Amino acid sequence: MKRVLLSGNEAIARGAYEAGVRFAAAYPGTPSTEVLENIAAYKEIDAHWAINEKVALEEGIGASFAGARGLVAMKHVGLNVAADPLMTFSYTGVNGGVVIVVADDPGMHSSQNEQDSRQYARFAKVPLLEPADSQEAKDFVKIALEISEEYDTPVILRSSTRISHAQSLVALAEREEVSLRPYEKSTKRVMMPAFARPRHVKVEERLGLLGRYAEKAPVNRIEWRDRKTGVICAGICYQNVREALPDASVLKLGMCYPLPVQLIRDFAAGVDRLYVVEELDPFLEEQIKAAGIDICGKEIFPTVGEIHPNLIAEKITGRPLTAPLIAADPETPVPARPPVLCPGCPHRSVFYTLKREKMVVSGDIGCYTLGALSPLEAIDTCICMGASISAGLGFEKGNPEMRGKVVSVIGDSTFFHSGMTGLADVVYNGGSTLTVILDNRTTAMTGHQDNPGTGRTLKGEYTAAIEIAPLCRALGVKRVREVDPYDLKTLREAIREEAKAGEPSVIVSRRACVLLDKSDKGYYEINGEKCTACKACMVLGCPAITAGESGMTIDPSLCAGCGVCVQVCKFNAIKKAGGEDEK
Amino acid sequence: MKNNTSILMGGVGGQGIVLASRLLAHVIQAHNHELKISEIHGMAQRGGSVITYVRFGREVFSPLIEPGQADYILAAEKLEAWRWLPYLRRGGTMVCSTQEIKPVPVITGKQEYPKTIMEKMQALAEEGTIGRLYAVNALEIAEKCGQPKAATVALIGVLARSLPFPCESYLAALKAIVPTRHLAANEKTFLAGYNYFTE
Repeated sequence: MKRVLLSGNEAIARGAYEAGVRFAAAYPGTPSTEVLENIAAYKEIDAHWAINEKVALEEGIGASFAGARGLVAMKHVGLNVAADPLMTFSYTGVNGGVVIVVADDPGMHSSQNEQDSRQYARFAKVPLLEPADSQEAKDFVKIALEISEEYDTPVILRSSTRISHAQSLVALAEREEVSLRPYEKSTKRVMMPAFARPRHVKVEERLGLLGRYAEKAPVNRIEWRDRKTGVICAGICYQNVREALPDASVLKLGMCYPLPVQLIRDFAAGVDRLYVVEELDPFLEEQIKAAGIDICGKEIFPTVGEIHPNLIAEKITGRPLTAPLIAADPETPVPARPPVLCPGCPHRSVFYTLKREKMVVSGDIGCYTLGALSPLEAIDTCICMGASISAGLGFEKGNPEMRGKVVSVIGDSTFFHSGMTGLADVVYNGGSTLTVILDNRTTAMTGHQDNPGTGRTLKGEYTAAIEIAPLCRALGVKRVREVDPYDLKTLREAIREEAKAGEPSVIVSRRACVLLDKSDKGYYEINGEKCTACKACMVLGCPAITAGESGMTIDPSLCAGCGVCVQVCKFNAIKKAGGEDEK
Repeated sequence: MKNNTSILMGGVGGQGIVLASRLLAHVIQAHNHELKISEIHGMAQRGGSVITYVRFGREVFSPLIEPGQADYILAAEKLEAWRWLPYLRRGGTMVCSTQEIKPVPVITGKQEYPKTIMEKMQALAEEGTIGRLYAVNALEIAEKCGQPKAATVALIGVLARSLPFPCESYLAALKAIVPTRHLAANEKTFLAGYNYFTE
């Protein structure tokens, strides 16, 4: 059969299609975003962006109760948001099968932490599968749904950046239609104390049954090779172990919770030295050691970051597979190339202004987190989705002297995700913080997904758009105004006035992401005679503006024509190419 | 015997590194090799370094390429070539654009763009540490062929000479992947790269 090249996320989407999934929901988050983007192409699956991960999972629960097979996807920190329904969904169990896809990010390629989401499986007492390539990513979705229905439990499918964003060859199959299961009313879905107590008993029984299943599950397998060294591993670590130690025996776990203890015992008995290679927490190791099996893991491997083949080879055989071609050359250091706000990014002027006004900026998650980097360096905090507004209120409550000096900055999609509750709390509890909502009409960071403000769904259909300004007024904020962030003067005045208002206030900085704005605004150039090389424009951190030996230059191929730099130049030295001097 | 070949492709967000890996993947698949590609997305889209690993052959386990392992490096920008050079194996091939794109720390004057990258790589090539060094003004080639955004395709053309696949496979891949309105310029750019060191 011809195989196709799929990323792990594309394969998971395909798996949902083939396994007869009828409903899917997610909130975008790297490295999980493409799961739903690819599911959207299947007309057989009703799929949408949910407002946040908790909502997505709750929708998945409802769809399951109604009898449909469902898939819910999120990045690792999204599972924190969805943890509340997860814990109790474990008790109710399912009707139609449910797979919860969670993509971890060891190494933090684009995340604020590198939590190990496998812990949630043990916490919620639900089974967890972990694929090692795209073929398994697809196949495991189907297996997860079968386990879900057989054992009456949600199942977590754990991916990671190197699985979700690596492509490998996959054999496809046809879709198997799975009919809706009949809906019958039952107290097993009403988790109040009297009905929840017997369900907890079921959960514990279920874990025992799943442990027995794990012993014979085909996803767990021993590969006997040289018996001197045996390694237990799962997911991407399996590939890295095979790369590093091609001759070692391996117990490859496809199911990482609950563990097949007897299988592990058998494997341990068959090898001289036993290792466990796992990224982040000693999740497998602690359970294996608790079963009384001697194994070496975090004594030699880090609990931080990714574990690559060279490290595995070095720690187990004493020598890495390869060494760098050349040592770092102190004479020719390599400048970093950090990500930056794009030329023409509507966020730039907001951070420029907040920095000049010396505000404490309570930040949030999105492209605009880049406002923390040099030269803008405007953001003071970044914690989690929605934290800007609530932490901003905390600043002034914790230290009343900071009242009027704190601004919370949050994007449109993040505001819908979990900023609205914080803003309501500012109103309710007499806060006075200014909230700036950077409404760029999209979820930009993860690659321009739609959100409740855009008027379009995941499937590209038109829908009601929720307007942010009236929403804020409805939450009780009396001072709400919209500003075009390309208009620096108006923006500055608005920030000055609203920060000092002494009551809750919102500025909606409204301008579409420059990558979506296809209008040709021309470009600007420097008049070398007027430019004094004062470098005031450099404070904007625009990649199009460079300080050369003979003054400033604007790269016409990068300039987006936003004209913000014109407004920071005191010498009237920046003008539109082919146009009259402005200002 | 080595089971597989490792190609590391590096550049700056927007230079078409992801397209380049898709092209190569199409070619490799047409020749029935095992294949793994690893990309880092996310913040890298915003003008940061972009890096893609392509590994193919009889058997491929890890999708990663580590320092000292790459048989080939394709770098769409000179500083990125220097950044990823430690990943090349001794005697490996470096295909590198001479284009310079200044990163923000250089633009803001906090760091200097290294001036001697090419001289240092030349010296490493002369002593055999770098097996073959192909430095190409890819941007100029692409501009001449009418599509400056296809500069990375010129580099693929140069690299293609060293890989075990025929020219037609690349042209077929371009046809399958590049939108029709850009196809002619991309084909021209690819061939200009393919013939660059033979003319």
